[in-house]
Amino acid sequence: MFDKFQNNDRMLMLFFIFLVLAGPILLAPFGAGYPDLLQRFCIFGIFAIGFNILFGLTGYLSFGHAAFLGVGSYSAVWMFKLLTMNVIPALILAVIIAGLFSLLIGFISLRRSGIYFSILTLAFAQMSFSLAYSVLTPITNGETGLQLTLDDPRILDAANTSGSLPSTNFFGLTMNSTAKFEFFGMVFQFNVGFYFCAVMLILAFYLAMRIFRSPFGLMLKAIKTNQNRLNYTGVNTRPYTLAAFVISGMYAGLAGGLMACTDPLAGAERMQWTASGEVVLMTILGGSGTLLGPVLGAGFIKYFENIFSKINENVLHGWFSFLPDGLEDLIVWVLHFFVGKGWHLTLGLLFMMVVIFLPGGLLQGASHIIDWIRGKKQSSSTQISNPNSMPAE
Amino acid sequence: MDAILLQILNGLDKGSAYALIALGLTLIFGTLGVVNFAHGALFMIGAFCVVTLQKILNLSTVAIDPTKVDFLGNPLKVKTPYIVNWFGEAAGSAIINWSVPLAILFAIPIMLLVGYVMERGLIKHFYKRPHADQILVTFGLAIVLQEIIKACYGANPIPTPAPEIFRGSFDFGVWIGMAENAVIYPYWRLVYFAFSALIIGLVFAFLQFTTFGMVVRAGMADRETVGLLGINIDKRFTIMFGIAAAVAGLAGVMYSPINSPNYHMGMDFLVLSFVVVVVGGMGSLPGAVLAGFTLGILESFASMNEVKGFFEAIYLPSIDQIIIYLVAIVILLVRPRGLMGRAGVMEE
Repeated sequence: MFDKFQNNDRMLMLFFIFLVLAGPILLAPFGAGYPDLLQRFCIFGIFAIGFNILFGLTGYLSFGHAAFLGVGSYSAVWMFKLLTMNVIPALILAVIIAGLFSLLIGFISLRRSGIYFSILTLAFAQMSFSLAYSVLTPITNGETGLQLTLDDPRILDAANTSGSLPSTNFFGLTMNSTAKFEFFGMVFQFNVGFYFCAVMLILAFYLAMRIFRSPFGLMLKAIKTNQNRLNYTGVNTRPYTLAAFVISGMYAGLAGGLMACTDPLAGAERMQWTASGEVVLMTILGGSGTLLGPVLGAGFIKYFENIFSKINENVLHGWFSFLPDGLEDLIVWVLHFFVGKGWHLTLGLLFMMVVIFLPGGLLQGASHIIDWIRGKKQSSSTQISNPNSMPAE
Repeated sequence: MDAILLQILNGLDKGSAYALIALGLTLIFGTLGVVNFAHGALFMIGAFCVVTLQKILNLSTVAIDPTKVDFLGNPLKVKTPYIVNWFGEAAGSAIINWSVPLAILFAIPIMLLVGYVMERGLIKHFYKRPHADQILVTFGLAIVLQEIIKACYGANPIPTPAPEIFRGSFDFGVWIGMAENAVIYPYWRLVYFAFSALIIGLVFAFLQFTTFGMVVRAGMADRETVGLLGINIDKRFTIMFGIAAAVAGLAGVMYSPINSPNYHMGMDFLVLSFVVVVVGGMGSLPGAVLAGFTLGILESFASMNEVKGFFEAIYLPSIDQIIIYLVAIVILLVRPRGLMGRAGVMEE
């Protein structure tokens, strides 16, 4: 299904725009139609798309991308504090600062490749994390996290007389204003913040698609396939990898800035290695090197995180109450390790399962299934069409 | 002089931990060519072996002593560990007191088993996959192990005290003929350093002076040829993985009195240990040990007030937090192969 769309980019783009914009309606029956979660889908979608430009195209596995997300968040909140509550300057600054920061880190880290690169980026991210907690407290506000206060200057905004904290806005449209509609007993929520993030996601997706199809993107794919051969033919690959690194850093900065737009505070825990690991997982789960995969992976993980972490033992007892007592207790006891606070355990297991059995991610799984169904319907001579052509790395 | 000596001593315990973990990482990398992100989790499991042993030793019978009351006025419950009942008062409490050193014996078979199962069950299937896949799957494994430990033991650190005679500090300066109270040093850190030096020595001796070690070294240099000679090199490498896991586990066991075991201690050490491996040179065992101690001592020097003040004067505040990363960056820029790295390792 998706292969066909990839041949026709315009169709894919329209399909994507429809999916994103209709998100509040399409996802409402699944209990995911509320703004907070929808915004997270978009934000992490952008993050994963950006990560995919680096990892999916060049094969460089960065373990420090959360640092750029954190930097983006901090700069956006500072913009809210100093200049104005309008989100545009905040996002611009977030992208620029994250871009500069990734230029610096990329310049050093990209001197090595493979495992060295992963370790270097991980080390840089951990360094930023510990710096944000300690020395940089005047900028990051340490463990409390950076927050808005009433006496911030905000030089472009009118003086705040209401006595409460102002909220972020897009030229007057407040980010957290929501229009609710009831329809056949279901509540559909249309949130300004979500649509702002959605437009950003669509722009980010469009840009990623252009990069994938450009000569530049082709060069990045060549780097992934065989960097040595490129070097032998006299191509200096460093500028290309650095550009890819900075672009994906800017995507992360945009995602971090949007996070601050929807909820204007920033904390250092966003930069921790677990956050970096999460975006890697999203990309792999969806299918690295594909256009739609990372967005799908981000949505999948955020959705199940939301569902799983809400389940507690009482809910489980409710589900299995039809079983005999002893068996019910046993099953609930086993399952309670995987839900609620144990969600990370499920995440880790999922991570391992995907890497072991589905290196191409969900999209590869989907195309396997489609091929399998087709193979059944048609004669047995048309078997699975060359599995090697799948993005197996 | 005494200040410098004190900082060197202070750096030794962390340096020892770095060196032991980095040694295990390098062993695994050198033999199997696998980058093991779950190595920090092995360190943590080692530390939790101590916690487990301590819990087992403290399993108690509860008897109500009607002659005494506690502060609420209820009859006092007296807990007597089984071990005291079995071996008598003196021997029983001595065993409980020495639970950390005893945990070494407890941890070795467990860690060997964990390493063996990990290699045969999971990592074996990843030799032919790209390094990125190896990193990802071991990273996932690290999360899983960490969360299992968290589910079993809770999120809070659990104190595991050292044996009583090793608690507290002593005057190290007097031993080597310096003024009194110049260099005060905790006993256990010295024990830790001696222990890790012993382990490192044992690993090197094992590789250098036994036939098994010779085969392993030959396999590290040229795996295919060793295989062609009719030696089952895979089996030996599996055992080396177990040994590397045991080294990491023992590092964790002995570190538990210094830093109470908690579920994320592995990841904290792992990042730094990787930096150590990279600085030492990927695949070089002496390099890993040297870099481990060097970085540990450097870190401790950077936390000196004089050094901190100096770096603050040139606008580099809190140098102790980032010194290791800075050194790693400089080394990688100046000498990309690391201190003792060989050519051709991981350079594609």
